[in-house]
Amino acid sequence: MSKKQYYFDYAATTPLDPKVFSAMLPYFKEEFGNPSNLYGLGRNAGRAIEGATKTITEILGCRLDEFIYTGSATEADNLAILGVARSQRASFGTQGSPLKNFAPKGDPLRPLAPRIIMSQIEHKGILAVCDVLEKEGFGIVRLPVLKNGLVDLNELKKELNDRTILVSITMADSETGTIQPIFEIAKIIKEFCRENAHLGKFPVFHTDASQSAGYLDINVDKLGVDMMTISAHKIYGPKGIGGLYVRKGTKINPIIYGGGQQGRLRSGTENTPGIVGFAKSLELNSKNKKSEIVRIKKMRDALEKGIFKSIPKVVLNGHPTNRLPNFLNISILDVEGEAMLLYLDELGIMVSTGSACNSQNLEPSYILAALGNSYEHIHGSLRFTLGKKNTMQDIKYVLKHLSNVVKKLRSISSLDLSLNQKKWQNKIKKM
Amino acid sequence: MAKQNKKDVVNKYTGDSWAYTKEVKEHFFKPKNLLLEDPKKAKYDAEGIVGSPACGDVMRVWLKIDKKNDRIKQFKWRTFGCASAIASTSMLSVMVTEPARRGGEKGMKIDKALKIKPQDIMKRLGGLPDRKIHCSVLGDKALRAALNDWFKKTKQFSRIVVDGKQILDPNTKTTEADIEEAVLEGATTLLAVQKRTKVGIGYPQCLPKVEELIRFYREKYFGKE
Repeated sequence: MSKKQYYFDYAATTPLDPKVFSAMLPYFKEEFGNPSNLYGLGRNAGRAIEGATKTITEILGCRLDEFIYTGSATEADNLAILGVARSQRASFGTQGSPLKNFAPKGDPLRPLAPRIIMSQIEHKGILAVCDVLEKEGFGIVRLPVLKNGLVDLNELKKELNDRTILVSITMADSETGTIQPIFEIAKIIKEFCRENAHLGKFPVFHTDASQSAGYLDINVDKLGVDMMTISAHKIYGPKGIGGLYVRKGTKINPIIYGGGQQGRLRSGTENTPGIVGFAKSLELNSKNKKSEIVRIKKMRDALEKGIFKSIPKVVLNGHPTNRLPNFLNISILDVEGEAMLLYLDELGIMVSTGSACNSQNLEPSYILAALGNSYEHIHGSLRFTLGKKNTMQDIKYVLKHLSNVVKKLRSISSLDLSLNQKKWQNKIKKM
Repeated sequence: MAKQNKKDVVNKYTGDSWAYTKEVKEHFFKPKNLLLEDPKKAKYDAEGIVGSPACGDVMRVWLKIDKKNDRIKQFKWRTFGCASAIASTSMLSVMVTEPARRGGEKGMKIDKALKIKPQDIMKRLGGLPDRKIHCSVLGDKALRAALNDWFKKTKQFSRIVVDGKQILDPNTKTTEADIEEAVLEGATTLLAVQKRTKVGIGYPQCLPKVEELIRFYREKYFGKE
């Protein structure tokens, strides 16, 4: 006996589309060949990958050799950041390199280290790699975001300098789905490159489009990006396959070494079924994109409106309009996210929260924190992300139950955040 | 329905489990001894509060006390926090008010209640995920805060428990003893201690002192580096 599931966590992952599964199936079974091999089975696998790459690169509007398959979006992010950083390390200190004044950590010349600019709301696959590079001596700039979730472009302009090798800004973050003005950012960077022609092709501009690929235009020339991460399992494709678009001529080193597959940029036998599934999911997505966006946005807006109408003391997180159509992130004051999540789970409703209590390291969501929210605000955050299987019926079900859950947990709660902060501090002091 | 395992998802690197026990769920979904509305003044004999909204856990406790027998007759509460915070306060309220044995007198002796440790609450809950232990740490502190309130009101000043130690962070009511315990359990850096106790997150003024204590206990128990 299984109860009906109300899945609202499509930003975490999506179910595999049956059509994608059918497309993949032969490459698990009879067409199991290694694409590096010359005999028939190998050639079949090779042809399948070629076809898949053609489909994907047509959608991205790029050349066949500009797309690298990886094991995940995280790996693609790592390849983008580490790959470009390492390609530059070799030229540190050499004459004529813009980076010749590179200095190791602790050196008074450190401000001259090569610089990577990213935002504070990047995916962990970028944040963590940049932390490592910082220890290795790179200068890392973490751009602040405005209260509405948009990256501060004035700050970006200020931070660009002749040591900047890379800029990485997410297309839409994974908590609020706020859409960044990628085209504008690309323009700022291109302008900078024009004025500093002696730097060659630096800085390189990377964007992580894993959350947004299903809903936004991902034509790389229209966007003006040099590198772009996408992922299959966010668009009804299989897990374990992601990819990185790398513009021809970008200086980048591999991070995985071996047999030299994929133009030496990513060694390892290609994941044929994964690649075929990736292409199929992207193809299906681009076919149905327009109508699906309209359908999902209508449901999301109904959910949003309904919640604000039925529950007092709710705050919207992220940009009110400039947001992926399937994202709704709210903070419900005086209740804690994990507690809500578990009560909703009992009702078959699956959502996520940025509350510290729900994370492995007890840290509240760094993305919601970067938006300038207080911790007590973040602890009460809930993220609904909609997708293919949701219906208006589901929205009605959530609206019917959420206000009761909140009512119940508020009755348990010892908090009333309309209390002003001072009053609260005094209360604590008195005890 | 599928059989429910006691621990259904275990992290193979940390041995930590995501899932809550049946007891935790019972107290989380059906909390006992809740006080749904702020009481009128003097309806209860004592009140205690601990935690901070920024940390994600705030517990308020109200007690009714049988002065003659020195017993806690009622333990009412409200908690802002996650499942384990709610369940552990609920469990504590049961532990403090139930009879010690079958047919015995209801309500725990104050002296016994003062000795309740977080570990005692966790045991009754059938355990908590490691990262969640700090939540129940707060339950016993809220109880002690309320009992101190009672001692003040009844002028039993000698009974006021300062835990023998100084409170470092008034928000989380973290004491020197908590720091010592955290270090003993292997949290030897400020970050690790904060993950356990949340000390100083809402009250950074105390951090220099906390760091000094961590150094002191680290050297005491693990020797100099």
